[in-house]
Amino acid sequence: MKIILKSIFLFVITATFLTSCAPSDKKNNKGAISGNAAEKVYVAPGELDSHYAFISGGFSGQLSVYGLPSGRLFRVIPVFSQDAEKGYGYSEETKPMLNTSHGFVPWGDSHHPDISQTNGSVDGRWVFINENNTPRIARISLETFETEEIIEIPNSAGNHSSSFVTENSEYVVAGTRFSVPFPQRDMPISEMKGNFSGALSFLKIDQETGHMNIDFQIKMPGFSYDLSHPGRGKSHGWFFFSTYNTEEANTLMEVNASQNDKDFIAAINWKKIEEYVANGGGKMQPANYAHNTWNDDTHTATSVMKKQVLVVEPKDVPGAIYFLPTAKSPHGCDVDPTGEYIIGNGKLAASMTVHSFSKMIKAIDDKAFDGDAYGIPILKFDAINYGMLNQPGLGPLHTEFDTRGNAYTTFFISSEVVKWNVEDLKVLDRHPVYYSVGHLMIPGGNSRTPDDKYLVAMNKITKDRYLPTGPEVTQSAQLFDISGEKLDLLLDFPTIGEPHYAAGIAAEKIMPKSKKIYRLDENKHAYGVQSEAETRVVRKGKEVHIYMTMIRSHFSPDNIEGVKVGDKVFFHVTNLEQDYDVPHGISMIGANTSELLVMPGRTATFTWEPKEVGVWPFYCTDFCSALHQEMQGYVRVSPRNSKAPISYTLDGDIPGEEEE
Amino acid sequence: MKTNQLLWIFVLIFAFSSCKEEVKENANVTTIVKDHKGQAAVELTEGEQPNALQVAASIPDFSTLVVAVKAAEVQDALVNAGPLTVFAPVNTAFDKLPEGTVASLLKPESKKTLAFILTNHVAPANYPLKQLKKEAKKGRKLYMASGKYLTVTYKDGKASVGGTEILKSVKVSNGWIHVIGDVLVPSDK
Repeated sequence: MKIILKSIFLFVITATFLTSCAPSDKKNNKGAISGNAAEKVYVAPGELDSHYAFISGGFSGQLSVYGLPSGRLFRVIPVFSQDAEKGYGYSEETKPMLNTSHGFVPWGDSHHPDISQTNGSVDGRWVFINENNTPRIARISLETFETEEIIEIPNSAGNHSSSFVTENSEYVVAGTRFSVPFPQRDMPISEMKGNFSGALSFLKIDQETGHMNIDFQIKMPGFSYDLSHPGRGKSHGWFFFSTYNTEEANTLMEVNASQNDKDFIAAINWKKIEEYVANGGGKMQPANYAHNTWNDDTHTATSVMKKQVLVVEPKDVPGAIYFLPTAKSPHGCDVDPTGEYIIGNGKLAASMTVHSFSKMIKAIDDKAFDGDAYGIPILKFDAINYGMLNQPGLGPLHTEFDTRGNAYTTFFISSEVVKWNVEDLKVLDRHPVYYSVGHLMIPGGNSRTPDDKYLVAMNKITKDRYLPTGPEVTQSAQLFDISGEKLDLLLDFPTIGEPHYAAGIAAEKIMPKSKKIYRLDENKHAYGVQSEAETRVVRKGKEVHIYMTMIRSHFSPDNIEGVKVGDKVFFHVTNLEQDYDVPHGISMIGANTSELLVMPGRTATFTWEPKEVGVWPFYCTDFCSALHQEMQGYVRVSPRNSKAPISYTLDGDIPGEEEE
Repeated sequence: MKTNQLLWIFVLIFAFSSCKEEVKENANVTTIVKDHKGQAAVELTEGEQPNALQVAASIPDFSTLVVAVKAAEVQDALVNAGPLTVFAPVNTAFDKLPEGTVASLLKPESKKTLAFILTNHVAPANYPLKQLKKEAKKGRKLYMASGKYLTVTYKDGKASVGGTEILKSVKVSNGWIHVIGDVLVPSDK
C-alpha cells in the first residue's frame, strides 16, 4: 500500500512537473534565443547600425526606415499619404504628388519596396514602392529620403504585383491584383469570365533621373496577379508573375478562387517585348493617369495627366509569354540568386513548387505544351519542374535566399520561417515566429548578391508579444541571424502600419551620399528668396504673398499689417540656414492645413484664409535654437472694407531698406 | 572672395583631419563606430557652411583664442545650434594683457575663470553688423553668455562693442563672428 501510495505520489509529482514544464518551456521559446542575442543587436550609444531596412508602412501608405541590427526607427518617409508632421501633401509644393485620375487622394496602401540595382546588386540610388488601392508606383531618392515621383497605373485595380526592378533597373513592374474591364466600361459583373483582363505594366527607368515611363502594358487574361520577381543572371530578360483565380471567379473568392489544383506563374520575356515595341509593335490606346514629379531645384511638384498608353496583346508577340503550372494559388514567386530556380509559394498547397529556368527554356524549344489559356501556351508541368519541397509547413508565402544555396520561406498558417536547401530540396531548420508571418527580408534578397547576415520576418499578428494597447497590438518585425547553420532569433521590434514587405542594404552604400543641406544659391523656387533683404509682402487682388525667411531665431518680416478678412494669404517661407540638421517649422493660428517643416536652403508654402479681424500669431514649430521660443511673429487682420495698405517690418524697419 | 575660398580650404582640411570613422567587425555584429568627442567633433561636409568654431580654428590669427577655448572646454558651446554671436579677439589682443596673464589662465586651475572670460565674448543671439548698428541706435545693450551686458556704439561708420572696434564680420552657420582687437575682460568675476 505504501509502495502504491509512493508511486502515485511520484506519478503526480512527475505529471505536475511535466505539465508545468510545458508552458514554461513555451515561454522560453522567447528563449529559443541564444544567450548572446542582446550583444548581437546592441548598438552602443553613438555607434551606428550596419544596415538600412526600408519596411513598407502598409495601410499607413508610407515607407519606414529602420536600422539593423538595432531595429531602431529613423524616419517615416511620406509616400502615398499626407503627413502633417512634414507638411507632405499639405504644402502647396507637395500637394501635386497625391494627384490621381480620381483627383486628390490623401491616402494609399503601400506594399513592396524594392531598391534599384546595378549588375544584379542593390545600388542604393532609389527605392520603389507600389500602392495597391489607387494603382501607383513611387520612386524615393536615397539621397534626400523623399518621394520624388509617383506614377499612376491605368487599366489596373489593386496594384499588388509590384514594384520589383530588373537587375540593371531597366524596368520596374506593376501587375493588377483585380482583373477589370480593359478599358473600363459598364457591364454585368457576372460576365467577368473571358471579358475582364489583367494588365502587366513595364515602366522604363531613366538611368540619369530615375524617371519612370510606362513603356508598355501587356493585356493578359483576367486572372489575379499576385507577386512577381525578375529573372537574374541566366534568366535576366524574363520576369515571373504569380497568378491566382485562374478560375476567373467574381464572388466568394475565398472558395471560388481555390477550385483549380494548379494556378500559373506567368513567364514574360520582357526583352522580346521591349524589342517588339521598339520596332513599332503594340497599339496606343486612350488612357488617363497622373504622373507626378518632384523638382529638387524648384522644390515643387508637378502633376501631368497622361492620355495614352501602349498596349501589347500576348498573341501578337509569339514566344514571349508562357504559363508555368504551379501548385494552388501561389503568393510569392521568387527567383534564386543564380536565376535558375523559380519558386512558387502556393499558399494553399501542401508542397512548394520549384521550377527550373533551364528546363523551362528547353520545354519552350521542345514545344512541351499542355494546351493554352487564351492563346498563351501552358508548359508541361513535368517538363519544367525541378522538384517539390514536400510538406515544409502550412501556408508558404514568400522566399528569399542566401549565397550558400539556401532558401528561407515564411509560413503564415504555421507561423514559422523554414530554411531549406534549394538543390537538395531538404529542410535544414525551422523557427517559430510570433505570429502569422507574411513576408521576410534578407538585405539584397531580391538580387544576385544577398547579404548572408540578417533576416527580418514581418508578422501580421502579435497578440501577447507587446504591452497591450487596446484591441490592436503593434505589428512587428523579428530579426534573425542567418550566418550560422541555425536560424538564431535576436530581436522583436514594432513596425508602422502593416509591414508588407521590406528591402535592405548595407549602410555604406547610402550613408556617404545622404543629402545634408540644399544650397541656397541653387534654390530656384518661384517664391524663394536669397536673403532677408529680399523679403516682402505683395498684394495681388485678394491674394497676399508673403516672401518670408527663417534663420535662428527669427522670421523676416515678423510684423505684417494690411491683411483683410477674406484674403488668401500665401506664406512662402525660405529657410536661410546652410547647416546640417537645422530645419525650421512654421504654423499660423487658424490655418486649415498642417505646419511646414522646411529643410535648410528650401522654400515651402502654406495658405491661410483669415476669417476674423484681430492680431494673429505664427511661430517656429521645430525646436531650432536656444531662442526657438522667441521665434514668432504677428499678422494684423483688418475688416474687408479697410483701406490699410500692406506693410511689413522686422524690428521696426522694412527688411532690405538700410536704416540711417 | 579669395579669402573666402582660402577659408573654405582651411575649413575642409580641418574637417577631414578631425574625421575618424571605422567599420568594426567582430563575430557577432558589424557596426559603424564613430569616435565620440561631443558635437564639436561632427564633421563639415562640402556645401555646408562652417560653424563658429570651425571658422575660428581655420584662421591662424585666432590660434590663441582656439587654444583658450579648448583649455576652458567650451568648444561644444561654439558649435551648438545657437544662434550665437562671437566677438573674437585676434592673437595680438591677448598680447595686450599684462604679462603672464594668458599663461596663468591656461593653467587647469584657472579653467573656470577662463571660461567666464570667454563666455563674455559670446552673445546668445544673432547679431549681424546691421543689427549691431541698430542696437547702438536704439541704445540696447548686448546680453552676453557670461551674464554681463556689453554696450554697443556706432560712430563714423564704425561699430564698437565693449569699447573695442569691430574690425571684420564673418557669417557662420550658427551665427556671426565679429573680429576685435581687444580681450573683453568682464568688469568683475
